[in-house]
Amino acid sequence: MPDTTPRIEQQPAPEGARLRVLGQWTAAQFAQPRLLKSLQAGLAGTTTHQPWDLSQAQLDHVGAQLLWDRWGREWPQQLELLPAQRAVLERVARHTVARPPRKKAGWLGAWLALGESVLRAGDHVKSFVRLIGQLALNLLQLARAPHRGPWRDFSGHLFRIGATALPITALVGFLIGVVLAYLTAQQLKQFGADVYIVNILGIGLIRELGPMLAAILIAGRSGSAITAQIGVMRVTDELDAMRVMGISHSFRLVMPRAMALAVAMPLISVWTTLCALAGGMLASDVSLGITPTFFINALPGAVHLNTLILASSKSVVFGILIALVGCHFGLRVQPNTQSLGVGTTASVVTSITSVILVDALFAVLFKDVGA
Amino acid sequence: MVEIRKLCTVFTTPQGRAVVHQDLDLTVQRGEVLSLVGGSGTGKTVLLRQILGLETPQQGEVQVLGQPVGQLGERGAASRIGMLFQHGALFSAFSVLQNIAFPLWELKTLPGALIREAAMVKLLMVGLKPEDADKMPADLSGGMIKRAALARALIMDPPLLLLDEPTSGLDPESSDGFVTLLRSLHRDLELTVIMVTHDLDTLFELSTRIAVLADKRVIVAAPPKDVIAFQHPFIHDFFLGERGQRAMELLREYPFAV
Repeated sequence: MPDTTPRIEQQPAPEGARLRVLGQWTAAQFAQPRLLKSLQAGLAGTTTHQPWDLSQAQLDHVGAQLLWDRWGREWPQQLELLPAQRAVLERVARHTVARPPRKKAGWLGAWLALGESVLRAGDHVKSFVRLIGQLALNLLQLARAPHRGPWRDFSGHLFRIGATALPITALVGFLIGVVLAYLTAQQLKQFGADVYIVNILGIGLIRELGPMLAAILIAGRSGSAITAQIGVMRVTDELDAMRVMGISHSFRLVMPRAMALAVAMPLISVWTTLCALAGGMLASDVSLGITPTFFINALPGAVHLNTLILASSKSVVFGILIALVGCHFGLRVQPNTQSLGVGTTASVVTSITSVILVDALFAVLFKDVGA
Repeated sequence: MVEIRKLCTVFTTPQGRAVVHQDLDLTVQRGEVLSLVGGSGTGKTVLLRQILGLETPQQGEVQVLGQPVGQLGERGAASRIGMLFQHGALFSAFSVLQNIAFPLWELKTLPGALIREAAMVKLLMVGLKPEDADKMPADLSGGMIKRAALARALIMDPPLLLLDEPTSGLDPESSDGFVTLLRSLHRDLELTVIMVTHDLDTLFELSTRIAVLADKRVIVAAPPKDVIAFQHPFIHDFFLGERGQRAMELLREYPFAV
C-alpha cells in the first residue's frame, strides 16, 4: 500500500534541487496533528525558481491552496503536473482574491451603536405601550360583544398556564416555607419570641414571597412559552396568514393570554402561599413546638384582610405584565431561528425583572395598607 | 461507491407498522449522477438518510465507499460525503464564510488564513460574490442559501455528494443556474452524485441514471431513456403525463453524458 502521508522530497539536479510532492495533499490528511507544521518546515526553503513535480501526488483544493500560497500566488517556472491537478490549481488561482476589507470599529461606530440602542429601547417602549392600548381597546370590544370572544383559546391557556403549573409551584412554595421558618426560628429562639413566627411567616409569605415566587416561576415557565409560541408563528408565517384573514393578532393571541394569566396568576399565587404556609407550619412545629392548631388560630390576628386583597391584586398585575412582555417579544421576533432564541431569552429576563420592579413599586406605594 | 443490499425499513406508528422498503437493492458507480424518484411516501429521503448513516435500517446493509455506514460519522466525515439538505441547513449563528469553513475549523490543525482562503475559493466556485462572505444566512435569498450550503458540502472535496431536492423552492431562473452549476461541478470535481428530486427538468438535465422507487423497492435503475420505456403505472403517470412530455423535450435536445 502506497504511503498516503503528504510529504515533499528534494532530488539533487544541476539547476537546483527538484521538488517532488508526494502523498495525499488533502484536508483529511492535514487533520493529523503536527503534520502541517512539519510540512511547512519542509516547504520553508523552497522557491518558485526550482522545478516542481506534482504528478505523483493527490491534490484537493485545500492542498492546492497551501501550495499556491507557498508559491506566493504565482506559477513556478518549471512545473510537472497532471491535467486534473492543473484544473484544481487553476481554480484555486482564479478564485483566490483578497477579502474585501472589513469595516473597522471606531469611535464613530461606537457612537452610532449607542444611538441605535437608544432608539431600539425607545421603540420597545413605544410598541409595548401600543400593546397595552390595543389590549384595552380589545377588552372594550369584548365587553360589547362577549359572544365573539376567543373563549376556547382562553380556557386552553387557563389550563396550560394555570393547572399544569400547580405541582411545581407547590413544591417550590413548600420548600421555601420550610427554609424560611427554620432560619427565623433560630433567631426568634434567642429572644424567646417564638410566637411571632406566625406574624413573620404570615406577613412575609402572604404579602411578598407567595405572589413573587409564583410570578417568577410563571414568568420563567409560561412567559418563555408565550414568546416561543408566537415567535414560531412568525417564523412559519402563521402571523401573516392570520392578518391576511383579517384576524387581529392582539384580539386572538394577546388578549386570551393576558386574560388567562390575569385570572390564573392570583389563584396560583394563593396556592403557592398556602403551600409555603404549610411548609412553615410544619417547620415551626418541629423546631419551636408551635402546633398547627395554634398557628391557624393565630394567623387571622397577624394578617389583615387588606393584605390578602393587596397580594391578590398585585398578582393580577404580575399576570398581565408577564403575558404582555411575552407577547411583546414574541411579536417582535424576526423570521429566523436565531432571533427566536434571542427573543425568548429577552422575554424571560425582562418579565422577571419587571415583576420584581413592580413588586418594589407596590411595596412603596402601599406601605400603609394592612399594617 | 454505494452498495445497498436487502434493505428493509419499517416505521412503527400508533396506527400500525408501515413497511417502506422491502429487500431493496441499489448500486451506485463512481462518476454517476443517480436520481431517486418515486411517489410521496416511498422513502426517497429515508433512503438518502440511511446512506448518510442518519437512520439505521431494520435489516440489510448499506456500504458507502467500501465501508459500512456506521463508521462514516467519525472525525473528518466531511471529506467522504457532502450533503446538501433541502433547506440548506446553514448554521444561523455563523456568517456564510464561517459556515463554509466550519468543517475545516473543526479539524483544529489548519491555520486560520489558509481556512479562510480555501473557504473563499469554494464560495466563489459556487457562484457567490466575495461581498456575500460576511452576510448571515438570514439575509440570503433561497438560491444563495442553496449555493452556500453546496459550498459547505464541498469544502473538503468529498467524492460523494448527496442532494435532497436541490432545486425545490427556487424560481425557474435560479433553478436553471443551480443545475448548470451542479453539472459543471460534477464534471470538474469528478463527483458521484445521488439526488432526490421531483423536478423533471433537473432530473433530465443532470441524471445519468434514474432509480425509480415503487412497490417498496427499486423497480428500475437505468439511463433515462430506458426508464421511460419501462412498463409500470407510476412511470407512465410520472414521465408520460403532460408535465413529463414537456420536460422530455430536453432529453431529445440535450443528450447529457459525462
